[in-house]
Amino acid sequence: MITVKELTKRYARNTAVDHISFEVTKGQIVGFLGPNGAGKTTTMRMLTGFLSPTSGSATVAGYDVLEQPLEVKKRIGYLPETPPLYPEMETAEYLTFVGQLKGLRGTELRRRLDYVCDRCAVADVKNKLLGKLSKGYRQRVGLAQAIIHNPDVLILDEPTAGLDPKQINETRDLIKSLGGDHTIILSTHILPEVEQTCEQVLIINKGKLVATDSVQNLQNRARGAESVLVEVSGRNGSLDFAAVQQRLEQVAGVSRVVVKQSHPNRNSFEVESRKGFVRGDLARAVVESGWDLNELRPAAMSLEEIFLQLTGTEAAAKDEEKEEVAVKGAS
Amino acid sequence: MRNVLIIARKELRSYFASPIAYLLLTMFALIFGFFFWNSLGYFVLMGMESQMRGQMMPMNLNEMIIRPLLSNVGVIGLFFIPMITMRLFAEEKRSGTIELLATSPIRDIEVIIGKWLAAVSLYACMLLVAAVNFAFLFKYGKPDWKPLLIGYLGLLLQAGALLAVGTFISTLTKNQIIAGAATFGVCLLLWVLEWVSGYETAAWAQVLAYMSIITHFESFAKGVLDLKDAIFYVTVIFLGLFFTARSMESLRWRS
Repeated sequence: MITVKELTKRYARNTAVDHISFEVTKGQIVGFLGPNGAGKTTTMRMLTGFLSPTSGSATVAGYDVLEQPLEVKKRIGYLPETPPLYPEMETAEYLTFVGQLKGLRGTELRRRLDYVCDRCAVADVKNKLLGKLSKGYRQRVGLAQAIIHNPDVLILDEPTAGLDPKQINETRDLIKSLGGDHTIILSTHILPEVEQTCEQVLIINKGKLVATDSVQNLQNRARGAESVLVEVSGRNGSLDFAAVQQRLEQVAGVSRVVVKQSHPNRNSFEVESRKGFVRGDLARAVVESGWDLNELRPAAMSLEEIFLQLTGTEAAAKDEEKEEVAVKGAS
Repeated sequence: MRNVLIIARKELRSYFASPIAYLLLTMFALIFGFFFWNSLGYFVLMGMESQMRGQMMPMNLNEMIIRPLLSNVGVIGLFFIPMITMRLFAEEKRSGTIELLATSPIRDIEVIIGKWLAAVSLYACMLLVAAVNFAFLFKYGKPDWKPLLIGYLGLLLQAGALLAVGTFISTLTKNQIIAGAATFGVCLLLWVLEWVSGYETAAWAQVLAYMSIITHFESFAKGVLDLKDAIFYVTVIFLGLFFTARSMESLRWRS
């Protein structure tokens, strides 16, 4: 559905996108992942025809973005990072305007208008001024305008940025439900988002594509060994974490134990084991030694680790982590 | 063509959904009304004087009221035109809605002509306000309506040219104030260029004077449809919109 070959965008001083090639098949949801300023938006803008590539080519539904831009634009729905809303327009009026721009007329336009209002849950703000809508509604109206002409391809630039956790979940569900009918590319710098919504991941850093794979494969690749996070606390308020570490290491199958955090009464250990299920044994070992087991979960940060491995940017990594924690904490 | 109308309708609605259109129309009505009142007062005074002297001076409404007033409208327009065009593209660039227009299956030139048409329509509304004043002349006198019509055509062409220049300038910046100020500067310059012809007769001075937007209006104000002047305005409109299209195209390369 989308074929990108050696796509490059060069500005006077820097190269924003550097010889990127990838393919997206029909009906897939692809996550476009990378730190801020990696070139995600630039690539998407080139696909939508908003920017012209310096070199390379991109075809959408068989049409070249440079040679037949109008045909491409008919088949693409695009939600930029900030939804392109006119504050002085009312929701229904705006969606009608966008529908007309995309070539819809008459009954077809009315039918699609009702459909997208329903689908994106904006029917109750139909007659409100866009300038007065909340962030969540603005995002949904943005999504509604992207799908109003039932495009083959949907390009969404950070569709969940700036939303609260509930809205993030709703938006993700909406995007997931749109997959199948539409081929979707969505960009994000939030890793769990990719894990939850996408089938395929493209990781981009400093304008270069550093990995393309399915989410499953990427996770497996990183998880040569099973990794479990164990949080232990002592009963009387203090804990000898060296002892815990030692005890955990004795559990059959465990290859390595790393101390992640050590507060006086809160200790996290990351336990790596050979493939196999060791969580039961770990739990028993902790409890039988007279400690409290506070938490035991698979260390599912693997995609993040791959991401860091691939992009190798410490600063970006810290940002991602913070974002992640913030999202988790809020939900 | 359909697309042009879609854009034009949306722009006009934006003008009238915000206070811009009403503010401009009210200000114009006030200012033009004052001009009209003044020239009418002067006309009445002249009429009374000529009666007192006992000799009938030829009093012509077209010559003495309509013609100078039409020129005045052109000058007042100079101040209003930047306020009409400054938001056309600058606002879309600032709010990011330009991404919607640029990624829709519609040609740049359709967007440009649509926006320009909306601006011309708003200016035409201002001319309608002026027409209310002129209507009184027809009620109480018998002016010739043909020169007035040609004068109106000239005003539309003149404004169309300046609006095209303003539209172009609006694509150059995200800041409406900058777009407005620059358009005002250019409009003013295009107006005063003809002054050089007052003291200099060299070829370059003639060229400069020819480029002045005001000189070409004189024939229209007299009620004469001079093809040469009409073509001048049409050329400026064409150039303005052409450069707008180039500027929009360059956005795809610069971002």
